[in-house]
Amino acid sequence: MTEGHDEHDLQHHNGSSSVHRDRSGTVALHERHHRETGEHPLDHLLRPGRIPHIWCTGCGLGVVLTAYLNGIQKAGVDLDKVAIVSGIGCTGRIAGYINLDSFHTTHGRALPFATGLKLANPELKVSVISGDGDLFAIGGNHLIHAARRNVDMLVLCVNNFNYGMTGGQVAPTTPVTARTQTSPYGCWEHPFNLPYVAAASGAVYVARWTVLHARRLVESVAEAVRHPGFSFIEVISQCPTNFDRPNKGGEGIDLMHFYEKKTVVKNGIDPKEADIGLYTPIVCGKFVDQSKPTYDSCYTNMCTMARGGKK
Amino acid sequence: MSRASDVLSGEHFINGNTASAEGAIAAGCRFFAGYPITPSTEVAERMSRRLPQIGGTFIQMEDELASMCAILGASWGGVKSMTATSGPGFSLMMENFGLGVMTETPSVIVNVMRGGPSTGLPTLAAQADVMQARWGTHGSCDVIALAPSSPQEMFDFTLRAFNLSERYRLPVMVLSDEIVGHMTEKVVIPPAEGIELFDRRKPSEPPSEGYLPFEPGPDLVPPMANAGEGYHMHVTGLTHDERGYPIITAAAQTKLVRRLCEKIRQNSRDIIACTEMETDGAEVVVVSYGISARTSWKAIRAAQRGGVKVGQLKLDTLWPFPEERVRALAGKVRGFVVPELNMGQMVYEVERCAAGQCRTRLVPHPGGETHDPADILAAIREVAA
Ligand SMILES: Cc1ncc(C[n+]2csc(CCOP(=O)(O)OP(=O)(O)O)c2C)c(N)n1
Ligand code: SF4
Ligand SMILES: [Mg+2]
Repeated sequence: MTEGHDEHDLQHHNGSSSVHRDRSGTVALHERHHRETGEHPLDHLLRPGRIPHIWCTGCGLGVVLTAYLNGIQKAGVDLDKVAIVSGIGCTGRIAGYINLDSFHTTHGRALPFATGLKLANPELKVSVISGDGDLFAIGGNHLIHAARRNVDMLVLCVNNFNYGMTGGQVAPTTPVTARTQTSPYGCWEHPFNLPYVAAASGAVYVARWTVLHARRLVESVAEAVRHPGFSFIEVISQCPTNFDRPNKGGEGIDLMHFYEKKTVVKNGIDPKEADIGLYTPIVCGKFVDQSKPTYDSCYTNMCTMARGGKK
Repeated sequence: MSRASDVLSGEHFINGNTASAEGAIAAGCRFFAGYPITPSTEVAERMSRRLPQIGGTFIQMEDELASMCAILGASWGGVKSMTATSGPGFSLMMENFGLGVMTETPSVIVNVMRGGPSTGLPTLAAQADVMQARWGTHGSCDVIALAPSSPQEMFDFTLRAFNLSERYRLPVMVLSDEIVGHMTEKVVIPPAEGIELFDRRKPSEPPSEGYLPFEPGPDLVPPMANAGEGYHMHVTGLTHDERGYPIITAAAQTKLVRRLCEKIRQNSRDIIACTEMETDGAEVVVVSYGISARTSWKAIRAAQRGGVKVGQLKLDTLWPFPEERVRALAGKVRGFVVPELNMGQMVYEVERCAAGQCRTRLVPHPGGETHDPADILAAIREVAA
């Protein structure tokens, strides 16, 4: 699932702003360098000395990291202005591998930290990358409020249906009947449908992909980063160690086969229709893409009024 | 960013909470995140009016966990930031106060203390969070906390809290209480040119591959880059090295936690502030802070009229604790009297430093009102006898 330079790529790189051209120039330079030296084409975006990573064999998080890095490059934004904020969890560790400004905060609190960062410096392009437990259990309240405010940022939520980092406990995303370390008789709580929650809370861009959909994920990241306002992308990912093996879903490769066979892309549907069961077909796609004034722009208008000027 | 006209220089008749907000603005604070809670709410209300007029950001968050995190994020965005709260909200901030300590993030937390535990006395004063301020976050760390006793000190100490937080790179606490927060008195705001400000030291080198965001200077404080300046730094609440990379070993922990504590201990003379009144030749010294320092004056005067040589050590900074000064006084006096609106907190520090050289007499009060000066007077007489 490597990202080739197709026509679509070129279109983005020939975008109108000077920032676009400048960054694509840098990207092209890096690519030539990599061809000549044999280094990995994303080396310049990975922190020196941080690989090998901590993730298990067969985990989907490597794909998410790669897709994010390709997506953010493709978005054509000034990479010096990108800030990644994460909470705690296996997914939260992504921040530490990316060679851009990155903040690894506390469990559940990536969003309010990111809100402060973005409002203090609206020039920043903020991406929050964190797990399903982090963003929807302990941090659930922050998620609905950040979406409600329509703070301009991308939230990339990796849903592996459990708390991977702490050894596989039940999460607010765990499908009914799934076994985890704290649902040994099967989960009997109703899970959240994440795109539905995000959309209902006010997100202006909502999509879901699996780690098999690497190319679409890259496109989606690029699109969401450029989309003003609160964008939400759920990435369904396997956690062979703590979720899929115990639930007889198999190894990483088996899950990739599952995603290949059992996902249906339905762009534009009501995310309400996108519930997930245990190894039942997964609906993917871009569900919401709308525009609404961002927190930042409304705040700026309010300040003009406060200073006695006209709106 | 800050203009002289943003500072309301002149004489004002305002309450302590408003004075605290003005102190923050005078210090260059341009980001406030908070959640309403009595008796601190006037700080947020003032900020919500003032910041939009002067190019700052005010945001009411969904809770105090969010407020604390938002001010840390804003600080990394390059803007001086603060929050204000009271007991229950202060408890909610503790985890991320620790994140601020670990990531060395300048910011200010004002806690206008009220009676607890739990919801306690929302509208009435106490001083019962002073040990929580010291030890409330998990893990080992040293902290800075200031204790204003008047609206003027709410202005002065909030301003100083910003300077200390920028200087030593940590969230600094201002521990006020309901009475000081709501008391209205004259507050003099100096001309902007006369206000000394300390802004975080920036890295001396432009961004480069080997940049070490947590390499300390000789004062043990690392210079700080802001997000978006091209330094591509990693900031984590995990134990980390000078590169900012997580390192999960005892050796890395020892190096980092020792430095975080030492940067406060080694610079404690610069941080600690006390106001002494007639301690020379005193037989009894009243060690007090905040509103209790003021309640003590009446008792001190009455005792003096009765012939007791009594003075006062008013703690302007609670943390770091002025160990050296208390130890020195302990060698000279008969005893210390410690009135506080709690069932005994700072008294443990006084006792520890007195180390048996003299008596230490607590005058406890669980809060809801000030001490009756007669109780403090009785304690002074008892210790003097
Ligand atoms: C306040 C707090 N509570 C609990 C934890 C322990 N903890 C760390 S990660 C985690 C869950 C992570 O799950 P998720 O967000 O889904 O991320 P994943 O590891 O699955 O990627 C928990 C409970 C913590 N670090 N902090
Ligand atoms: S525990 Fe699961 S989510 Fe975490 S690294 Fe291993 S496979 Fe990935
Ligand atoms: Mg998870």
